[in-house]
Amino acid sequence: MAEQDSATPQAQAAPKPPWEEKPVAPQPQDAREHPQVREIAALLPDAVVAATEFAGQVTVAVPAERIGEVCRACKDRLDYKFLVDLTAVDWQGRPEGRFDVIYWMHRFSDSRRLRLKVLLADGVEVASVTSVWKVANWMEREVFDMFGIYFANHPNLERILTWEGFSGHPLRKDFPIEGIDTGAAIYPDVYPPGGGPVAGEGGE
Amino acid sequence: MGNLEPVKPFPDSEEMEISFGPQHPATHGVLRVLVRLDGERIIEAKPIIGYLHRGTEKIFERETYNGTIPHTDRMDYTAAATNNQGLVGTVERLLGVTVPPRAAYIRMILAELQRIASHIIWLGTHALDIGAQSPFFYTFQERETILDLYEEYCGARLTLNCMRVGGQPFDLPEGWTGRCRAFVDQLPARIAEWEALLTNNRIWKKRTIGVGVISAADAIEWGLTGPPLRGSGVKWDIRKVFPYDHYDEVEFEIPTGASGDTYDRYLVRMEEMRQSVRIVTQCLERLPDGPVMAKVPKVIKPPKGEIYFSVEGPKGELGYYAVSDGSTNPYRLHVRPACFVNLQALDVMSRGLLVADLIAVIGTLDIVLGEIDR
Repeated sequence: MAEQDSATPQAQAAPKPPWEEKPVAPQPQDAREHPQVREIAALLPDAVVAATEFAGQVTVAVPAERIGEVCRACKDRLDYKFLVDLTAVDWQGRPEGRFDVIYWMHRFSDSRRLRLKVLLADGVEVASVTSVWKVANWMEREVFDMFGIYFANHPNLERILTWEGFSGHPLRKDFPIEGIDTGAAIYPDVYPPGGGPVAGEGGE
Repeated sequence: MGNLEPVKPFPDSEEMEISFGPQHPATHGVLRVLVRLDGERIIEAKPIIGYLHRGTEKIFERETYNGTIPHTDRMDYTAAATNNQGLVGTVERLLGVTVPPRAAYIRMILAELQRIASHIIWLGTHALDIGAQSPFFYTFQERETILDLYEEYCGARLTLNCMRVGGQPFDLPEGWTGRCRAFVDQLPARIAEWEALLTNNRIWKKRTIGVGVISAADAIEWGLTGPPLRGSGVKWDIRKVFPYDHYDEVEFEIPTGASGDTYDRYLVRMEEMRQSVRIVTQCLERLPDGPVMAKVPKVIKPPKGEIYFSVEGPKGELGYYAVSDGSTNPYRLHVRPACFVNLQALDVMSRGLLVADLIAVIGTLDIVLGEIDR
């Protein structure tokens, strides 16, 4: 420490290391001209609704009714062989549609990743991509379980993390964090409606 | 392998359905597998999960960014350090923070020790499941030393909570590097000892070679990452492909298997432990001086945006997808758990095998239910 103190006058003149600077947050940029986006636009004209780049990651918004077609083309013709992640975000109250469904793909040839995003209204089905990537099976089941988004033509769209008969979809923004009365929904003979065990109470 | 058509039972056999778990010690937690059997042969193995679901992603939305870190410890509770590393890395990229080199090196040391500790649990329990009891005692002795090192650094042994957005909460204690060095220096000899018990063991080979085979193409199709993917011969490691912290400055190899069976995945993990020792040794040699915390605002408020960041956990690619709405809490923080995705392949990997091999396949996938169910 003593050495550092004696070196202070020079250190002030020299530029500060990046970890002592105020962090500069990444800014979103339009990415329509990005090579990964242009590949898709060249294959499927009108499929790209919008494209943004944030912190080096490219997101392409795709019309919901064309997602099956786009994913198929991405895998077969653009070499995105690996679906890394599939999830959803609830934007409750957004007029254009409540949910975003997110597909995050990887290709091994040049180690690039691309995010597809689909805007979905509540209660609207979206095509399942299990026929494109087998790994999507459980991921879509999880999204169905957590958000109540239905995937058309999914081989077994069942709840995966909560139990059969659970009422509600926990990751929706209107689902209370302390839980809901699910007892009546599961055991209607035992509990009257509204009379079941509530999460957060002492475990009677 | 690969197709999901049920294996046809013998004409004179009777099909049986048994529920394996959730209270069975060989399922490594609360996994339940609904197995359809023809005698001893598996027709279908359907994993049923969710017994440990705690709504971690929902809880994340209530916490501040630093407040989410303890919850990540409890996902894969055998690898808390890599869970922390993934989460803080995500938020740092969202904020645009550069971590001081000393902090990044400490993170790498903690993460690689964690990889060794996690592989030790895998080796001990996997061998125990298959019937080799002695490796368990040898391996857990070494894990104890790693946990002692963690305890000395951050006070906790399992749920470490040992990283913060912007750097490390503490500098290394006096003499810690020496003790860590002494530990990793003697570890290769211990690994050789464990290998002497198993690698050329006739029983071990019979129980693992040709069991749970998955081809490279199928492994990619089923989204496998980590040792199960490398065991099938795909040279793939997030530390090399998208280097984070300072993994691009250290030298290490990515071990791969050839046939994608349980034995190859065993060899891959054994070699990974040696490579982790190599990384820790290099990190200790080069450990730079300086601060361990970057200049991060007291209240962390990332801008609006979404980001995915992943680390190579001991089980595979552990990713975090964060969506910020500009407030102090994550609007959505999704975890891409390696175990959840890897477990999905259990069905394809175990069809046509014997019931006893199902135990081997569950062991070789190295699952932790805390991460699968979150």
